[in-house]
Amino acid sequence: MEDNKNSKNESRRNFLKLGLGVGVTSVLSVAGANLLNPTKLKAGAPEKVKVLTQDGQLVEVDKSELIPVSENFVGIEESRIGIPNRKFVMVVDLGRCKNARKCIDACQEGHQLPKDQEWIKVYLLQNTEQESPYWFPRPCFHCDNPLCVSVCPVGATYKRSDGIVLVDNERCIGCKFCMTGCPFSARQFHWKEPTTYNEDLKYSPETSMPGKEGTVGKCVFCADKLREGKLPRCVSACPMGVLYFGDMIEDTVTNGEQTVRFSELIKDRSGYRKFEELGTEPSVYYLPPVDRMFPVERGLEGLDEETMKRYKDVPYIKNLKENEKGV
Amino acid sequence: MKKEFDASQLMKEFAPQLEKTSNLWYAVFFSMLAVFLFGVFGLYTQIADGHIVTGMRDNIVWGVYIVNFIFFMGLSYAGALISGILHLFKSEWRAPIMRMAELITIISLVIGPVFILFCIGRLDRLPFLVMYPRIQSPITWDVIAISTDLFGCIIFLYLSFIEDFAKLRDYKDLKVPNWRKKLYKALALGYQDTPWHYKIISNAKNIMAAMVIAIAIIVYSVLAWIFGVTLQPGWHSTIFGPYFVIAAVYSGAGMLILLMWIFRKVYKLEEYITKKHFVNVGVILLILAAFYGYFTFSDYLTKWYGSIKMDKLLIDKLFSSKYYLLFIFSNYVGILLPILVVGIKKFRTITNITVAALVTVVALWVNRYLIVVPTLETPYFPIQEARESWLSYSATWVEWSLIAAGLAVFCMLFMLASKFVPIISISEMEKHAELPKGLIRK
Repeated sequence: MEDNKNSKNESRRNFLKLGLGVGVTSVLSVAGANLLNPTKLKAGAPEKVKVLTQDGQLVEVDKSELIPVSENFVGIEESRIGIPNRKFVMVVDLGRCKNARKCIDACQEGHQLPKDQEWIKVYLLQNTEQESPYWFPRPCFHCDNPLCVSVCPVGATYKRSDGIVLVDNERCIGCKFCMTGCPFSARQFHWKEPTTYNEDLKYSPETSMPGKEGTVGKCVFCADKLREGKLPRCVSACPMGVLYFGDMIEDTVTNGEQTVRFSELIKDRSGYRKFEELGTEPSVYYLPPVDRMFPVERGLEGLDEETMKRYKDVPYIKNLKENEKGV
Repeated sequence: MKKEFDASQLMKEFAPQLEKTSNLWYAVFFSMLAVFLFGVFGLYTQIADGHIVTGMRDNIVWGVYIVNFIFFMGLSYAGALISGILHLFKSEWRAPIMRMAELITIISLVIGPVFILFCIGRLDRLPFLVMYPRIQSPITWDVIAISTDLFGCIIFLYLSFIEDFAKLRDYKDLKVPNWRKKLYKALALGYQDTPWHYKIISNAKNIMAAMVIAIAIIVYSVLAWIFGVTLQPGWHSTIFGPYFVIAAVYSGAGMLILLMWIFRKVYKLEEYITKKHFVNVGVILLILAAFYGYFTFSDYLTKWYGSIKMDKLLIDKLFSSKYYLLFIFSNYVGILLPILVVGIKKFRTITNITVAALVTVVALWVNRYLIVVPTLETPYFPIQEARESWLSYSATWVEWSLIAAGLAVFCMLFMLASKFVPIISISEMEKHAELPKGLIRK
């Protein structure tokens, strides 16, 4: 059984022949572009449509029974296997970040997240008063030695061959052990029934949509986009080119404009991993905040009060407030 | 000094406890039931509206539910260890308090795991724990360990009940409904007080007592490792296994003293439970307080002296800001008070020992709170949040209602148990009357 499934998946993937920057359309799209639009399916008339199945047969089905499927939809079982010959990696250039927060918006929109869930967060970090503060985007680190995966009692969260760590929210029992296991606060819990999701979506761990009450969600490195050979949403959305994404096997990363050798970038710019000492082997690298494109205060411009309040405990912000009072 | 205790005399003494139920008993029982039902309403609210009704949020994902889980499991292992050790060492004075220790074990072992369920987001998927188990996960270790413990403790408890069931069956004057007589008969498994039967049951009890001690140590260590294996500041500590075991036995000894005091008052057992028992269990409490204090000191000294940044942030919260009063109560008062009260002869009265025991039990609950919550409030990445309720944890009425319900069930089960079997084991008492070994009086 298991072998059969795998070989089927294998052949489909071989057919897809994925690659970064190369978009491929799957057979399922033959069924017609209107299937992708859920609003058109609501009518429920007993109309029949012709659909081409995966093995090439033309069949007729009730239109009302059609469920919209994204071009590269990957089911629960299939999503446990990584995209072959890939080892995804992200590089964050801290010298460029000015807290534009476009990565957060794109992520929330793309994953239909409630506003209180941010899979990528932008921290304002400052170790001591003497040190310089800097903006620090933090997606899930997709660690190679992920504690969240080790501690999960039911195998709801797993590590794939391409380095991505996903959560199957059909399996997750909501014990939150992974959330205490993750030292980077990357995981978030659906504390109530989420209302932001399109109900017609078929669930895939690669998109993590729709989210479910009582389960855990987190950054998925936009595994669905990667199947299409596209960049994660946060990477394409960043106006400053802060985020580079790529493949360690190919040894290339790109921020959408610039494509560079991953190993050289890390070597030349002294790349490092945050909390290396914890031994979880993150797949996200950082370039130190030197030769900055913007002064740190640019990140405070245009922030709403709610967001501003988050940074109130950072020494730099405390000093700013005190100076304001002093004047 | 030993009193002559005769089974039929004892039976006469304890039968009214089983036969008659006072109005006060009903009053207390039904108020407990009301508390319990309020907890059920709290649970309904939580299931209907989601975990948003609790004080838990993304950083502080565990709260008083886990605290209560550790607390009740602690009581239970303590009961197991104390009753097991007292049984194996054949302490002469143990007879009147053995049953209480055993009941603590089983009752808290039934309540404890329920609290971890309140913490689980999808109760409908609970079977997944056995359908898709992953042995790498400490939660799977816990599922295996707790179910083994529950099984072992039920057997141990039942074995210690059989002789009394036989006595209740044979006591013709017992004025209880017929169904209860039948139940005693069935539960006695045809036990007769012959040397052969006695030998079998003694051997079985000895084996189970030894096993229960071993299982209890394993289970509580596994519980500690749920915290210890993570990288969180304050939790990632090698001492957590033994520390949790000692803390558990410590709280259990305190609970035993409390129950001795309550049952002594309620069922007028002054003749059976004497000051000697309070002092003896008090001495156990003192020794455990010393060990527990030593472990606590050792743990915090190493964290404080060569302080890693994260440990320092945590320790600042515990020692000098937010939590310092709770810390002083749980780790100074909760350790020193029992040592002083039992250690200094002048203070060694039944009331003082009971008060010290009460403080111990509460302090240990607070101690677990201080282990769980402040650590989660101190993650590696600072919590940068605008919403106050996401920054720090405070339990909501839903959580408190369930905590109260847990305590109410604890009381209710004890009350029911005391109506079903004598709260003092008659067979144990009888064995300690002056009888030559192997010869049992009919």
